[in-house]
Amino acid sequence: MDLRKLTALELGRAIKEGCCTAAEATVLALDTIREKNEENNAFITVLEERAMTRAKEVQKKIEHGELTSPLAGVPFGVKDNICTKDILTTCGSKMLSDFVPPYTATAIEKLEAAGGILLGKLNMDEFAMGSTSETSCFGPVRNPWDLSRVSGGSSGGAAAAVAAGECWYAVGTDTGGSVRQPAACCGVTGMKPSYGKVSRYGLIAYASSFDQIGSIARSAEDCAAVLKEMEGKDERDATSRRWESVSADVNQVGLLAGCFGKAEGGLMERAKIVLSSCEIAVKETEMPLMEEALAAYYIIAAAEASSNLSRYDGVKFGYRADMGRNPAQLMALSRTEGFGTEVKRRILMGTFVLSDGYYDAYYKKAMAVREGVKRKLTELFVQYDLLLLPVTVTGAPKLGESLTRPLDMYRSDCFTVMANLAGLPAVSIPWGFDCSGMPVGLQIMGPVGSDDRVLGLASQLQKLTDWHKRRPDERGGEA
Amino acid sequence: MEWEVVIGLETHVELATRTKVFCACSTRFGAEPNTQCCPVCTGMPGALPVLNRKVMEYSARAALALNCKVTKVSRFDRKNYFYPDLPKGYQISQLYLPVGREGWLPIEVNGREKRIGIHELHMEEDAGKLIHDEEMGVTRIDYNRCGVPLIEIVTEPDFRSSDEVIAYLERLRLVMLYLGVSDCKMQEGSLRCDVNLSLRPKGSGKLGTRTEMKNLGSFRAVARAIAYEAERQRRLLESGGVVIQETRRWDEEKNESLSMRTKENTNDYRYFPEPDLPAVKLTKEDLKTLQASIPELAHEKESRYCRELGLSKQDSVLLTERRALAAYYEKLLSQGVSPKEGANWIMTDLLRLMKEHSQEPEQLRLSPEHLAQVIAMTAEGRLNRGKASEVLAGIFLTDEDPAEYAACHGLEQIRDSALVTEAVRTVLGDLPEQVAQYRAGKEKLFGFFVGRCMRALKGKADPKTVNQELRRQLDG
Repeated sequence: MDLRKLTALELGRAIKEGCCTAAEATVLALDTIREKNEENNAFITVLEERAMTRAKEVQKKIEHGELTSPLAGVPFGVKDNICTKDILTTCGSKMLSDFVPPYTATAIEKLEAAGGILLGKLNMDEFAMGSTSETSCFGPVRNPWDLSRVSGGSSGGAAAAVAAGECWYAVGTDTGGSVRQPAACCGVTGMKPSYGKVSRYGLIAYASSFDQIGSIARSAEDCAAVLKEMEGKDERDATSRRWESVSADVNQVGLLAGCFGKAEGGLMERAKIVLSSCEIAVKETEMPLMEEALAAYYIIAAAEASSNLSRYDGVKFGYRADMGRNPAQLMALSRTEGFGTEVKRRILMGTFVLSDGYYDAYYKKAMAVREGVKRKLTELFVQYDLLLLPVTVTGAPKLGESLTRPLDMYRSDCFTVMANLAGLPAVSIPWGFDCSGMPVGLQIMGPVGSDDRVLGLASQLQKLTDWHKRRPDERGGEA
Repeated sequence: MEWEVVIGLETHVELATRTKVFCACSTRFGAEPNTQCCPVCTGMPGALPVLNRKVMEYSARAALALNCKVTKVSRFDRKNYFYPDLPKGYQISQLYLPVGREGWLPIEVNGREKRIGIHELHMEEDAGKLIHDEEMGVTRIDYNRCGVPLIEIVTEPDFRSSDEVIAYLERLRLVMLYLGVSDCKMQEGSLRCDVNLSLRPKGSGKLGTRTEMKNLGSFRAVARAIAYEAERQRRLLESGGVVIQETRRWDEEKNESLSMRTKENTNDYRYFPEPDLPAVKLTKEDLKTLQASIPELAHEKESRYCRELGLSKQDSVLLTERRALAAYYEKLLSQGVSPKEGANWIMTDLLRLMKEHSQEPEQLRLSPEHLAQVIAMTAEGRLNRGKASEVLAGIFLTDEDPAEYAACHGLEQIRDSALVTEAVRTVLGDLPEQVAQYRAGKEKLFGFFVGRCMRALKGKADPKTVNQELRRQLDG
C-alpha cells in the first residue's frame, strides 16, 4: 500500500491501528522530498534527523496510548514564515536567511504536542507578499502538475508539497488568499479559518489584521482536523478568540459572479450541478463592492506591512549590510540589500498611504470601505448560509509571466481578499481543470465563526466529486 | 520691549508596575543589560504585545487624579520611526484616543494659586537605552527599558515662569507618589521632562515660535534650561532674528542648549491604530472604583492641615511629603493627640530616629498607638521630655509597650515628692560650702544644684519639681 495515497486522517488511523508506523511514514516522506524537491523546490529546510527522532518518540507514545489525536504520527510541513524554535525560519527572504527563532509558534507547538512530525520548512513568496511563490530568495516553487508553471502563492511550497505527496498536510498562512489560491493552483484543499481562531503568536507578521494560519491537505476533513488541533484562544495573542459555533445547516447558497474577468467557464456551472443533487437551494447573487474591496485590501495590508517590517533594520538580527557610517545608513543599506523588489514596493506603498497628507485620502478611506464590505457581506449572509465563488480567474500561469505586471497579479486576488477583510472562514476545494489542464478551485465562504459549516459543505461536495483525489503523477506531472 | 515667557511641559512618568506594559518582563531598575527582555519587547519576528491591565488601571487613576476626562474606550496607535533603541521600528502609543483629556493640576507660587491645564495623558511604551562607549568607539544598546510602561502628560502652555514649572513638577511628583503609580525619581529616569518654550511681547495673544528642550535630568536643570533658553530667544528676537522651531538638547555641564538638527525635527510618524491590540474598555463601574481608590492627595492634605488643623505651611508641607508619613500622622491624631503636639513630636523625635536608622516612613515599626502613649505619659508627667525621648529611642525598632519599657528601665519620672525632698536635702546637705555661697549671692550655683539633684534622682525627676523644691529648701 502506498501510504502517500492516504489522507492525513487515514494515515493517522492506520498508524493507530498498527498497520504502519510513524517512522515508516516519515521515511517515505523524506524519500519523496529527496526525490522531488530539486524539481519543485517546495522545501527550504528539511529536518531529516529531527523528524526521524520525533517519529520514533511519537510512535512509542502512540503505542502506550499517550497520544490520542487523530493526527498523531502524521508528518507535515510548515510554511517558512512561521517560527520554529532552533530551526531556520527565513520568510523566503535574504533579510532572514540565517534567522533562527528562540521560540515556536503556538499553532505548531500544538501540532507537535498532538504528535505531528515536522518534516521541514516550506518555500513561499518573500514575507508572504505575492501570488506565485516566485519572489523567494531561494528560487521559485514549481507546480507539481506542470513544472513550467507557478504553484500559486504565497504558500506555494505548502500546496506543492501536499500535491507532490511529500507530506500529508501543511500549515500555511493566508493574508489575501495565500492558502486558498495556491491550494487551488495545486489541486489540493486549503482552509483559512475565521480571524482569531488560530493564534498568530509566532507567525511573522505581514498584515496583522488579515494574517491567519491555515491548513492545506488532500481533503476538507483533513483541513478540519488540522485546524482543530491548532485553534484556541492564546494569551500570547490579544487578537485570538473563541468563536461561538453557529449552525452547520446549509439550506441556501449564493453564487457570486465574476470580478475582473469571470472565472474559467465551467467552474460555477459545475457547482450548480453538484449542488442541485444535494437539495441545497442555489441562487446567483452579487457582491457589488468587490473592486473596492480589492483596493481597500491592498492599501490597508501595505500600510500594516510597512510598519510590521520596520523591525528589519540590521541592528538586532537578520541581514546587516557591511557598510554604514551611522545608524540611519546602516538601516537603509541593510533594508535595501535585504529586501526583494515586491517587498520594497509594498513597504513604499504602505508608507505612502499612511503619510501626512495622504492618510485621510487613502488609509482612512480604505478602513471605511472595509467596514462597508463587512456590512455588505453580513447582509448577504442573512439570506445565504454560504457563498460560493471562484478562487482565481484561471489556473496557474507560467513561471515568469506575472512578476512584470504586479497590478494584474494584484487583481487576481479579487475573489479571495474579501474573506480577509471581513475575517471570514473560507476554503478552496479542487473543482476541475482549466483549458491548459491545470487545477482550479471553488471557494466556499461563510459568516464569521461558521468554519464548521464551510468545511461541512466542502466535505459533502468532496463526497460527490473526486477532483480532490487526483494526483499530478497520475497525469504525468510535467509540461 | 517686555517679553513674556510661555512654557508647556511634556512629562513622562514611568509606571511602577512589576512587569512591562506588553509582556511579562520585569521592570526592575539597575539590572545587568539585556537580562530583562524577551521576544515581545525586543520586537522579534512573530512576537505580539498583550496589554498588562495594571498599566491601564494606573494610567486611568493618574488621569482621574489630574481631573481629566477619562475615555471609556481607549485605543493604542503605532508611532513609526527608525532608531536603534526602538526595536520594532515603531512605538506603541496613543494618539487618537488617549486615556485622559482636558484635566488640570493646581499649583501655588508665592502664595498665589493657579491651575495648569492638562491637555492630555496617554499610555506608551519606553524605548531601550543607547550607551556610548567613547573609548571603543561603539554604541551599545540595552533593551531592558524597552516596553517599560510610561504615561505621557502634556500640559497646556500655561506656565509663565520657571517657578511655576518647578511647583508643577513637585506637585505632579507628589500626586504620582500618593497614587503609588510611580516612584518619580528623575535621576533614575522614572520622571522625565521636556520643556516647550517660546517668547511673546507682553500682552500679545498670539504664541511665539517655540523650541523643545530635552535631556533635563533634575529640577535644577529644568530651571536653568528655562533661564538659558528664555535669554537665548530674547537676544535672538531683540536683534531682529527669528526663532527656529526645533528640538534642543540641554547640556548640564556647559549650561547651554544645543540644537539637535538630527533625528526628530520634522518627523512624520504615520500614526495608525495598532491592529495587534483590541480596544480597552472601562465601564462606569470601573471608573467609579478607580475614582474611589484615589486617596486625598498631598496638596489637598497640605491645605487641609493648614485650614482645619491650624498647622503652619512649613509643617504641613513636611508632613505631607510622604504619604506614609501623613498617614502615620493622621493615625496619631486619631489616638487623641492634638494636631500641633503630634506634628511636633513627629518632626523632632520621630524624624530624627528615622534618619538615625535610615528608615523610610513606609518602614516604621514604631506604631502610632505607642507614640501616642508616650506623648500621653509625658503630658501626665509620668515621663519627663528627656526620658520620653529615651523611651522612644528604645522602642523605635521593637515597638515594645512604652509603659513596660519605661518601668523595666526605670525611666519613669519620680513623682513621689517625698523622694524629691529627700534627694534635695541630701544633696544640699553634702554641699554646705556651695549652699552658703549661693545664699551669699552666687546665683549661678543654682544650675549646679539642679544638676546634682537630677543626678541623684538618676534624671528621672521632673525638672520643674526639682527646681521648686530646691528653691524652697534654699530660699525658704
